[in-house]
Amino acid sequence: MSGPSACPDCLRRSRLLAHLAPYIEKVATGALGSRSPELLRLSNEDLLAAVAPKIAGQVLSEIAAVPERRLTADLLAAQCWACCRHDRRFPVGLRDAADAPWALIGRGDPALLERLEPEGTITIVGARRASTYGRGVARELGRELTAAGLLVTSGLAFGIDACAHRGALDVGTTVAVLGCGADLAYPASHRALWRRICEVGLVLSELPPGTGAWRWTFPARNRIMAALAGMTVVVEAAQRSGSLITADLAADLGRDLGAVPGPVNSRGSAGTNDLLAGGACLVRDAQDVLDAMLGPGVRKAERTGPGLEAELLGVLSAVEQGGQTCDAVAAELDLSGAEAASALATLEALGYVSCSLVGCYSRTLQAVPR
Amino acid sequence: MVSVLATAQTFTLDGIAARPVRVEVDVHRGLPAFSVVGLPDAAVREARERVRAALVNCGFEFPLRRIVANLAPASLRKAGPGMDLAIAAALLTASGQLELREMPRLSLVGELALDGSVRPVPGVLAIAEAARERGIEAIVVPAENGPEAALAGEIGVICLESLAQLSALASGDWAPERPEPMPLALSAGDGGPDLADLRGQRHLRYALEVTAAGGHSLLMVGPPGAGKSLAASRLPSILPPLASGEALEVARIASACGRLGEAQVGGRPFRAPHHTVSPAGLVGGGNPPSPGEATLAHRGVLFLDELCEFRRDTLEALRAPLETGWVSIARAGSWRHLPCRFMLVAASNPCPCGRGDADPECSCAPMAVRRYQARLSGALADRIDVLAAIRQPGAEEIGGPSGEPSAAVRARVGAARARQEHRLGPGRCNAEMSPAEVRECALETDAASLLADAYSRRRLSGRAHDRVLRLARTVADLAGSEAIGREQMAQALQLRRRDQE
Repeated sequence: MSGPSACPDCLRRSRLLAHLAPYIEKVATGALGSRSPELLRLSNEDLLAAVAPKIAGQVLSEIAAVPERRLTADLLAAQCWACCRHDRRFPVGLRDAADAPWALIGRGDPALLERLEPEGTITIVGARRASTYGRGVARELGRELTAAGLLVTSGLAFGIDACAHRGALDVGTTVAVLGCGADLAYPASHRALWRRICEVGLVLSELPPGTGAWRWTFPARNRIMAALAGMTVVVEAAQRSGSLITADLAADLGRDLGAVPGPVNSRGSAGTNDLLAGGACLVRDAQDVLDAMLGPGVRKAERTGPGLEAELLGVLSAVEQGGQTCDAVAAELDLSGAEAASALATLEALGYVSCSLVGCYSRTLQAVPR
Repeated sequence: MVSVLATAQTFTLDGIAARPVRVEVDVHRGLPAFSVVGLPDAAVREARERVRAALVNCGFEFPLRRIVANLAPASLRKAGPGMDLAIAAALLTASGQLELREMPRLSLVGELALDGSVRPVPGVLAIAEAARERGIEAIVVPAENGPEAALAGEIGVICLESLAQLSALASGDWAPERPEPMPLALSAGDGGPDLADLRGQRHLRYALEVTAAGGHSLLMVGPPGAGKSLAASRLPSILPPLASGEALEVARIASACGRLGEAQVGGRPFRAPHHTVSPAGLVGGGNPPSPGEATLAHRGVLFLDELCEFRRDTLEALRAPLETGWVSIARAGSWRHLPCRFMLVAASNPCPCGRGDADPECSCAPMAVRRYQARLSGALADRIDVLAAIRQPGAEEIGGPSGEPSAAVRARVGAARARQEHRLGPGRCNAEMSPAEVRECALETDAASLLADAYSRRRLSGRAHDRVLRLARTVADLAGSEAIGREQMAQALQLRRRDQE
């Protein structure tokens, strides 16, 4: 079976977007460039008329003059492939959307395209400036949902996005949708994560290889993420956050929308709490997501860990009650430093707690069997 | 008499090593002048004025002739005022005022005051040892340096209080007694800082004990005022006493840096350079190269408080010395090896505001926290084994009974060290195990599976894998068991610093 393919016209469309990127930036830069999905609905001619009427004719002829050979050679050189809306492997979710991209440029495993159906795909987004709580929940959700057989997509950004990807990679694979060319790691400090996703997962973009990121490309990327998944979960978002654009786009497409509640006094969670007040599905754990997407009780999240002895249960409840350091746990339960250390390391090995870079323990979502 | 030549033997300090210098003084006719040649530094050149005044004030005559003092070898840079005494002695001999029969078998070291009294100089221990190795019979030193020089063993030590005593020495009227060698403190003793002052903080106490037992390195992360500096300063008190050879090494370095007095109080050195220290200040440098904080901490503890505030290049400079236990400083014309086998202890706040990411009061932007913590995972931090997360102790702990005293902890640490020496050889500890020795550590099956699980789940590097094994070996040594059990492996994994993803 041959891999995914794209017709020259659709590839030329992506080149046109890259070519017009600075012009679109000028027109779409109101409120986080949120007008870009509207612009991207337009046909080539209308788009040119809207953003760069003066050079429209010249650009059209330049793009039309790019030879087909060159289009495919550029993809190969960047180790990418493409799949356009005329290929049967083009994700089903994108066919519903009026502003869907004409072609997707991918890097990584093309077989994952077949799995990108809305019923089996979940998008997790959230703040880049995420709290420890948000990052922990994102990672847990990524892991549990992947373990339950869903495909997790996100945007490789700082904070929630990266944690969701990492959680998914802990147990399986994941899809990253980028606002720049699929051959570029953005943000650059996530290069290692990007490389891993290229190896075991899939990186997608509607822009040709080598295109840099613009402000407008992020809302544009968000519309792809929203359309790919049957449900979008916002883990942590302030009011006026870019993640809320994704949430709006998902709601417009008639997809499920979920949000993880945050502290009521935290501005960083005001956006997600607003979503919940507005009727978004309450997401406390992977089971909530599975129930919302597949119907209550259809699939169980495998989130119970191995059984624990009484002592370990005591240590676990100390962590649940906010004992963050090994020392706090030792003082709470009157254990020696060595005993507390050994108990926490065992709980960490069993997946019940996780430890941060500076030695703070937090409880994972994994439940204790009854 | 046209020209008279006399010589005297002395030494100059080159880092912490002593190099022999021959002083040649030539007195001949001509316009009265006194010059010092042979690469002297400013302090040596100024010897002219001190020697002139000291001679006159001790009742000698300063010859009104043309005097040239040459310091051989001429290619070696001479530093410090320690050559005053030798220049004066050679000058007195050349002008016929002194006839010291033993002169060829003597070596003289000391700074002169204007009234002729002899002042102490740094590095006398190293100088006395070098003199002994060169077969010199006796060394003339300032009276205050006598006990220090006597540490060098089989060499005569003559203590001089004033230049005037030289003539008494020459005439044989005065036969000075060899001073008693100064006592070397091998451990801090019980009067100093004690671990009992650390209340609560069970995990930190445990981390300190493991760190001390295996000679590992420790990073403490916690809010300001939680007791990080207090704990670090108590670490030397739970380390095993210095062996006598080690104590001599420590004394030699302290003597060369002119701080022997303070070093002898505490046994093992404890150095805590401020975070504005330069790379040269930390590992040694300058021209001529002088020892840095790392060398001063040899056989002791180097404490870097506020690790994240240190300049990056300063910390990077510590990497090679940490691995090898030596600092090599190359300068045009000289190349110097300074020992620096120390335990690294570092402390840091969890974020720029100090409260910690998980504290609701923390006002730091996540990116700022990221940047701050990224400094904890550089190449230097990769060489740190143990992480202790510290919290503010509770009211009942602060007001509670004092903790276990240093002596009790030191006994357990000593027992663990004895086990390591039995296995690895004298003076060695687990932190110094070679990769081959790490492979030989006996592991129980469930300990091995726990490690394998952590290796894949936490994606440890190969280096981190070995470091966990070394730590586990130390935990097992503290527990007195032959093979590393599951419990001990779990504790080592908990103690081991996390790596950033």
